[in-house]
Amino acid sequence: MSDTDFDVPKALSGTGSFLDDRFHGARGLRVLMRKVFPDHWSFMLGEIALWSFVILLLTGTFLSLFFVPSMNQVTYHGTYVKLDGIRMSEAYQSALNITFDVRGGLLIRQIHHWAADLFMAALIIHMLRIFFTGAYRKPREINWLIGIGLFTLGLLEGLFGYSLPDDQLSGAGLRIFEGALQGIPIVGTYLAFFLFGGPFPGHDIVPRMYIIHVLLIPGILLALISAHLFIMFHQKHTQMPGKGNTEKNVNGQPFFPYFMAKGGAWFFFIFGALVLLATFATINPIQLYGPYSPVAISSASQPDFYMGILEGSLRVMPAWEINFLGHTLSLSVLIPFALPLGIVLGGAALWPFFEQWATGDKSFHNINDRPRNAPARTATGVAAMTFYGVLWAEGANDVIADKLQIPLYTITWIARVMVFVGPALGYLITKRICLGLQRKDAAELLHGYESGIIRQLPNGEFIEVHQPVNEEKRAVLEAKPVPALLPGRGSADENGVPSPGSRGALGWARGVANRAFAETVPVEANGHGDGHHGNGHEVEAGAEHAAVGSAPAGSGHGQLPAGDAAEEEPREGG
Amino acid sequence: MSDMEETEGAEGPVAPHRVIGTPPPSPRLLGSTAVAEHREPAEPAMADDEEVAGVPHNVGLAPDDPKMVVHGQRAERVVATCFTLAFFTGCAFVAAYVGIGVGTVDKTLRSNLGLGTTLAATLLLLGTGALIWVRHLMPNVELTEERHDLRSDDADRQGFQEVFKEGTGYSQFVKRPLIRRTLMLGTLPLLAAPIVLLRDSGPKPGTSLRHTVWSPGRRLLVYGTNQPITPADFSAPGSMISIVPDGYQDNDDDLTKAAVVLIKFRPGELDIPTRTQGSTLVGTMNWTVDNIVAYSKICTHVGCPVGLYEQTTHHLLCPCHQSTFDAAKGAEVIFGPAARPLPQLPLTTDSSGYLVAKSDFNEPVGPSFWERG
Repeated sequence: MSDTDFDVPKALSGTGSFLDDRFHGARGLRVLMRKVFPDHWSFMLGEIALWSFVILLLTGTFLSLFFVPSMNQVTYHGTYVKLDGIRMSEAYQSALNITFDVRGGLLIRQIHHWAADLFMAALIIHMLRIFFTGAYRKPREINWLIGIGLFTLGLLEGLFGYSLPDDQLSGAGLRIFEGALQGIPIVGTYLAFFLFGGPFPGHDIVPRMYIIHVLLIPGILLALISAHLFIMFHQKHTQMPGKGNTEKNVNGQPFFPYFMAKGGAWFFFIFGALVLLATFATINPIQLYGPYSPVAISSASQPDFYMGILEGSLRVMPAWEINFLGHTLSLSVLIPFALPLGIVLGGAALWPFFEQWATGDKSFHNINDRPRNAPARTATGVAAMTFYGVLWAEGANDVIADKLQIPLYTITWIARVMVFVGPALGYLITKRICLGLQRKDAAELLHGYESGIIRQLPNGEFIEVHQPVNEEKRAVLEAKPVPALLPGRGSADENGVPSPGSRGALGWARGVANRAFAETVPVEANGHGDGHHGNGHEVEAGAEHAAVGSAPAGSGHGQLPAGDAAEEEPREGG
Repeated sequence: MSDMEETEGAEGPVAPHRVIGTPPPSPRLLGSTAVAEHREPAEPAMADDEEVAGVPHNVGLAPDDPKMVVHGQRAERVVATCFTLAFFTGCAFVAAYVGIGVGTVDKTLRSNLGLGTTLAATLLLLGTGALIWVRHLMPNVELTEERHDLRSDDADRQGFQEVFKEGTGYSQFVKRPLIRRTLMLGTLPLLAAPIVLLRDSGPKPGTSLRHTVWSPGRRLLVYGTNQPITPADFSAPGSMISIVPDGYQDNDDDLTKAAVVLIKFRPGELDIPTRTQGSTLVGTMNWTVDNIVAYSKICTHVGCPVGLYEQTTHHLLCPCHQSTFDAAKGAEVIFGPAARPLPQLPLTTDSSGYLVAKSDFNEPVGPSFWERG
């Protein structure tokens, strides 16, 4: 029996006909079923975020059936006898009831919290994957921006979510949030009073956060995720360099049934893993924290990990407050609150456009870069990760001090230095590693790989035999873009007119950035005359063996025509 | 099926149950292939359809390869076992829900364990089964899809531009600037509406951040027990306790500003420099009683309670961001992001010998704000 020789059951075919008569869906669905999904492990990272979001919606709906978003004060007389007779808000009481009096309540609450952490973690790792492979490049800049929007909203959604139970830990976090709001010039005090309905904590913040947490932000997230998926679907996936992969095609397996089955299995695995975590790993034990009181605090208070950078920024900042025309400007709150996340997220948002400006490359990119082949980008990414990582770790400086027995202030001072030195070191080291790996690639392509076979020459010398790399590997190694150098500063076109883009401070900055991007180790195809890739410009023999370093303008190293270089579209060819 | 063949084709015999003049039902989607062949010679299915990728081609072993047949049979058994086990663990989940109640901490933990393990097992078994299915039973096909330019071609762009210009022309939007400008003017206030509507979400701050509920003669109550305290009750040097104002011990809004720490020193250790802001006195030895000093517990950084006290160094430390204050020297800042000392509460004793406030704080407590000055 052939695999396609069967009758579709009437229930399915009848429903199909009914729907198609009304929606004209057959054509679209046929396209959808044949949609190609390239296979690469790193393409599953975004899916983790997607499935976590689905699990958040499911578990969150369950929790909302039992949670009471109210700050009315009650006295607890429930199952958890350790808190018997304690004054608390109804929100905290209902969170205790979910935990101890609703069957499966503790499990679902912990799944929800773990899923939120996984959602944010998956977003971060997914974004790093997109960044380091250059998958944000034209035509995918909009989806990159949507991703940054998703992350920013996720931060807020998480903060409001874990603050809802009104426990001691999250209450302290909320107080910090309110204190930071107050620090905003001119409108800060008003913002805080309007958001909290008066002085902190008031009686309004839990119901307000609740509606923002369960309706407003999830609604926006859902819309953005839909847009994100639709755009990805419409523009088709990127793919990693490899045999048969070109800028003009997508290779992979069809959506139906392959990706559907794999995606479904992935959902079950993620859900299963979260349930395991929720069963065996305690998260946010609010019953141990107790209800919020503005008088109490516990040491080693830590927010969820995605808030770590804000917490660390507040901790690393030295005292700085100035009086500005009779007003207080609390810079030791304002700067850590806005600047580090602003640098990371704002920088990420601007990056695709900065790269286009610096490289003059406005062409489409459907083949991803291997991170080593874009040293300036990879090094910048590592610098940003170092910056983020130092501040994130500083957010736990009291825990580190306790566990490693290092004085607390010493750790803060190390962080104060490392937040500047770390990224610079990260940039330099990563760039050297990338160029070193490029050199290894070039050698492998030119001389073959080390086969491990040792041979003795007639004169007694031992050599290791190198063998040419196989076709697949060759395709990967040769898929290396040659970055284009913009005309140098002050260089003139054939009419003797200096390029307008190269003048002034901005032109100088562009030149610096351009040379950083263009720094590369050229690969030479082993004996194949047509082995030059990238934008199709022939590399001159002299430049091929040039060591690391940007060739001076005019050497013909991927040189764009002078003049309107910015507008030139280096079409993929060769 | 026979129904359908009867009604097939507009020229065919009309089925009795169909009202004359209405079109015949079309053959069923996903119906028998025999029906499709019945029809007019079908257009080539893919040729006209640029959107659909080519036919997937198997890059692994052929499905009828003996190796694949044996392999497939084994994989089928494994997948079926996974799904069957998932059925049983799923049933166990329901049983755990029904059988293990909650109501005490121990029961809750048992319930959590029972529900969690069975649910996780069900999900992971389903996932494992599906994965083995797709990887070991489905042929290893690959497919190449062509990419097309995302940019519309010139004719489409041209056409769009024409239609757009035509429509804009009809609308007179360009031709009649008066309408255009008044429309923009008319919608302008609406943009401010959301902000205006949020005005009643809270009162204006006014001067409320400058005051607390401490007032002359208000007793200090020990946080937790809510008992007043005399200097004699608090005679062990080096200790620190939290204090709430009498009458407001259960009001979180007031406690957020009014919480205080009380610290007892050995004679001679306490050395508070006299601090003034403008002409207002904000810190002095005169506000202590019997080597007991009271500071606001609310950190001047972002408002966490300053909860840690180190006896030997007299350092008060905020656990949130580690602002450190020297309690012996008027709570001046030693380290961390706080920019100002903790405000000092003027202390005295009342006629019964209890510690009371001499007045409110002479400066705003807690985090800085724009209007603070």
